[in-house]
Amino acid sequence: MSRARGNAPPIHTRFQAWGVNHAQALVFSLGRLYRNPFGAALTLAVIAIALALPSGLWLALKNLQAASGDWDHGAQLSVFVADSVTDPALVQLAGRIQALEAVERAQPLTREDALAEFRALSGFGEALDLLDHNPLPALVLVTPVPAHQGPAEVQALARQLEALEGVTQAQVDMQWVQRLQALLEMTRRGVVLVAILLGLGVLLVVGNTIRLDILNRRREIEVAKLVGATDGFIRRPFLYGGLWLGLFGGLLALFIVGLALVLLNGPVQQLAALYGSDFRLQGPGFSGALGLLGTAVALGLGGSWIAVGRHLREIEPQ
Amino acid sequence: MIQFQNVVKRYPGGQEALSQVSLRMDEGAMAFLTGHSGAGKSTLLKLIALIERPTRGQITVNGQHLNTLPRRKVPYFRRGIGIIFQDHHLLHDRSVFDNVALPLVILGYRRPEIARRVRAALDKVGLLHKEKAQPVTLSSGEQQRVGIARAVVHKPAILLADEPTGNLDPALSREIMELFLQFNQVGVTTLIASHDLELITTLGKPILKLHAGKLVHADPQPEIAP
Repeated sequence: MSRARGNAPPIHTRFQAWGVNHAQALVFSLGRLYRNPFGAALTLAVIAIALALPSGLWLALKNLQAASGDWDHGAQLSVFVADSVTDPALVQLAGRIQALEAVERAQPLTREDALAEFRALSGFGEALDLLDHNPLPALVLVTPVPAHQGPAEVQALARQLEALEGVTQAQVDMQWVQRLQALLEMTRRGVVLVAILLGLGVLLVVGNTIRLDILNRRREIEVAKLVGATDGFIRRPFLYGGLWLGLFGGLLALFIVGLALVLLNGPVQQLAALYGSDFRLQGPGFSGALGLLGTAVALGLGGSWIAVGRHLREIEPQ
Repeated sequence: MIQFQNVVKRYPGGQEALSQVSLRMDEGAMAFLTGHSGAGKSTLLKLIALIERPTRGQITVNGQHLNTLPRRKVPYFRRGIGIIFQDHHLLHDRSVFDNVALPLVILGYRRPEIARRVRAALDKVGLLHKEKAQPVTLSSGEQQRVGIARAVVHKPAILLADEPTGNLDPALSREIMELFLQFNQVGVTTLIASHDLELITTLGKPILKLHAGKLVHADPQPEIAP
């Protein structure tokens, strides 16, 4: 038995060799991808598409949220004033409102101003001529300060304004923003669900690829076990194989997302310009890209870990 | 070095491959194992290498009680054994050198040391000039010798061979057996399964005969010393 132990190299050499062995397994598994370019490309394409889809959706959502965030700043209150309030009193009222802490701007609009604006914008000018009096009330257009743009704050401001003398109603023009927010929240949930499902898909694709790889190399595994390879030694190249699939799949997914951004950015800017905005598409950013790559690598390692744990034990020398 | 006590091996399906086998081989001993096909020769070797586990009975190899050896320790146990098969189990996607180097890579030797030991082993079996060759380009005698080089390259304490000359002509067979005798001379405990009685009776080593899973033609408890 002294001979059995005597055939092992000294401990520091073995420790060094352990590191070398890891490096070899890493390079070796990379070489295997390289030697089977067609199969590897197919697998990588599947992984990349499965990763690019939720990433793209998430980016689209992020951009929509950014865009609708811009519109949030447009939240305005229309404060309608009783017909009994005279024009000078209206200007005074606007001044009082302007003095409020939460208000950035308060613009008085007399009944004549309102009629002129309606005539100009609605296209019903001739219909108005048929009426014998101006049906529109005077109002004050109130823009809250940015800190008071939230839905709850704006509602509170509306109640405060309604309590002022001469005010009949304070109407908040932000219901559609709230609807959009709700819609975005729903979409966000949907994207999370799709991401989970496709992530699971990547896990299975990698697992299945590694499983086939293990079965193809059955003889090699048997021989290695016969000459005393530990499970760790045999597992290593397969685990690194999964890592490479994840990493390259992730990089390819980033490339797809980047390409989509470049292709979409022109039309989006045109559209934004039509709305008088200089909005441009945001990319995933450094942390987003890193997150995508990290997730891809984790999924690759996880998938190969499942396959390896499941199948290596079954292969024993006969 | 190798000890069997009343070992029974029954495969799933009820067929008994070995029944009540007891034997003992001391360190540095050499013996041949013979018998008809299906007599249990391969099973006996597989039990020693822990490729199979006994149904009943005690096996001690290289100071280890195999009955209680946990699965995770099996690789370390196998590193003390060199195994040679009739079909030599070479990997066809790598060179002769890389085939022979595999046990040393697993053991964690460094590249220069691996090269030195692989060349020494290939020199021993007379194939030093073939180190870069692919196994498929070699004759079956040469392939068998590569298999032997791989089995001895890490200097195991025990050498097991299952019909190592099964496919070879008499002259090549004798060459291979001479190699085993040389390994035994430097202290490797060697057990070779072979049905080539004509050859092995001329080599002057003890012969164990198996018949239908039982040891016959030997003492009730054969003890084989160097």
